[in-house]
Amino acid sequence: MKTPDYEKLLSERVKNVEFSGIRKFFDIAATMDNVISLSVGEPDFKTPWAIRRKAILSLETGHTRYSSNAGIEELRRKICEYTQNSIGVNYSPSSEIVVTVGGSEAIDLAIRALINRNDEVLVPEPCFVCYSPLVELAGGIAVPIVTRFENQFKLTPEALRAAITPKTKALILPFPNNPTGAVMRRDDLQKIAEILRGTNIMVISDEIYSELTYGGQKHVSIASLNNMKERTIVINGFSKAFAMTGWRLGWAAGPEPILTQMLKIHQYAIMCSPTTSQYAAITALSAPECRRDVDFMVSEYDMRRRLCVKAFGDMGLDCFEPEGAFYVFPRIQSTGLSSDEFCERLIKVKRVAVVPGNAFGKSGEGFIRVSYAYSLAHLNDATKRIEEFLREI
Amino acid sequence: MNEIRSKILHILRTSARLTNAQIAAMLGVSEQEAADKISNLENEGIIIGYSAIINEEKYDRNAVTAVIELKVSPQIENGYGAVANKIAQNREVESVQLMSGAYDLAVTVKGENLREVAMFVSDRLAVMDGVLSTATHFILQRFKEKGALFALDADDERSLVSP
Repeated sequence: MKTPDYEKLLSERVKNVEFSGIRKFFDIAATMDNVISLSVGEPDFKTPWAIRRKAILSLETGHTRYSSNAGIEELRRKICEYTQNSIGVNYSPSSEIVVTVGGSEAIDLAIRALINRNDEVLVPEPCFVCYSPLVELAGGIAVPIVTRFENQFKLTPEALRAAITPKTKALILPFPNNPTGAVMRRDDLQKIAEILRGTNIMVISDEIYSELTYGGQKHVSIASLNNMKERTIVINGFSKAFAMTGWRLGWAAGPEPILTQMLKIHQYAIMCSPTTSQYAAITALSAPECRRDVDFMVSEYDMRRRLCVKAFGDMGLDCFEPEGAFYVFPRIQSTGLSSDEFCERLIKVKRVAVVPGNAFGKSGEGFIRVSYAYSLAHLNDATKRIEEFLREI
Repeated sequence: MNEIRSKILHILRTSARLTNAQIAAMLGVSEQEAADKISNLENEGIIIGYSAIINEEKYDRNAVTAVIELKVSPQIENGYGAVANKIAQNREVESVQLMSGAYDLAVTVKGENLREVAMFVSDRLAVMDGVLSTATHFILQRFKEKGALFALDADDERSLVSP
């Protein structure tokens, strides 16, 4: 009996996609002892108790069946209310919402619903690792648009205009941004919208960090601008704002013709999102104490954010002041080390794990991503070690 | 104004070892302003001290702490204050609180061993003027103190690196 020739069996498309740079670094970190981490992309807070209690109750009362493909109707209604209140855009619960397995599935559905072979998708970088691989798996071509430190890592209209071709199908708009913490303000979005209104390009607006913005200014969605709702798919979810990463629950909201096709993929691939998570999510969006918990978490992140910006500034590293998410993205070029070298040496010498900026696209080279989803004592300890490291290299 | 004060207290409650400069950065105020606010809190007697939260059992396995319920006869003019203050003078006493309910004072006493605490209660507390009765409860295990968890499984369960 011969073993199968896996190389021949496997899809070329899948083989050509690389593992995430975050994962590569995780493999290095996992071989070492006593590492303290500043590299997680999930809240350190526990899911608010009211949400956990609702999940337990739903299990106790045996609500463990499939839901409708698009998600429990009450949850879809709550999502529409939430969307109306938070970004001022009105969606129909019956035809313009799909509840998905995390924001990630929603991104995948949006890309698969839109992309034909060799269609181009614009991806502002540095950004979260999933967009380009998902575009490639769908047969499309991911076209990076570099965002720069000098522009606070915002997508500029000039850069967008230069990247658009007749094959451009969609623009990923990942703000507030992981890893940079950049935010697009209303003015910034107006300029982007102006360019897009004259085209046949859809925006996939990944707003998973929308609750985590700082400095008193609320998140603005491009979907809320004139004539943009019809050319935007809004992606959001419960992971970051409600500290529900493991529950795997998110949603997509957008124009019915597109959402209908996304629902078709979801129906065949997923059937419906986990119902326990869905029941819990209804509580997340309706219980006043959950709102208070979210506000508390945001104010804690804000204090940690300022502490980290100061710490890296004091070390003499350029550190853009992030306005969203829970990362700082200091520039480490002045050390003469590449991002990979910096991170590998830091973890070896000081046992601190941070993620190399180039894991988020080539333009992240020269930066490191530091998460501040940690206690103050932990942040203080870790930043002190980084400071020592910088003095010693 | 009061918001900054309450935020300062919130920070100091959990991490009193941060510098004034760090606290100032976290709140977006000048270092001078943070320092002034903190000394005001100290001068007004709102902050009365700073201390570490120690896992005593881990440091010294023999050390014991007891919570003692005291029934006390209140005195004219002074109420429970005179007795409470007298008890509070003792080095072994960690805290004294006037309680509502079935007894009057809750006294926390720490000693190097069981005998030391027992002797303190029988020789010093029980015989004190105004003390009517004592009931001593030894602490067997601590789980959380001043917001800090003692359990090892309070460790971070998140993986080292994640999206």
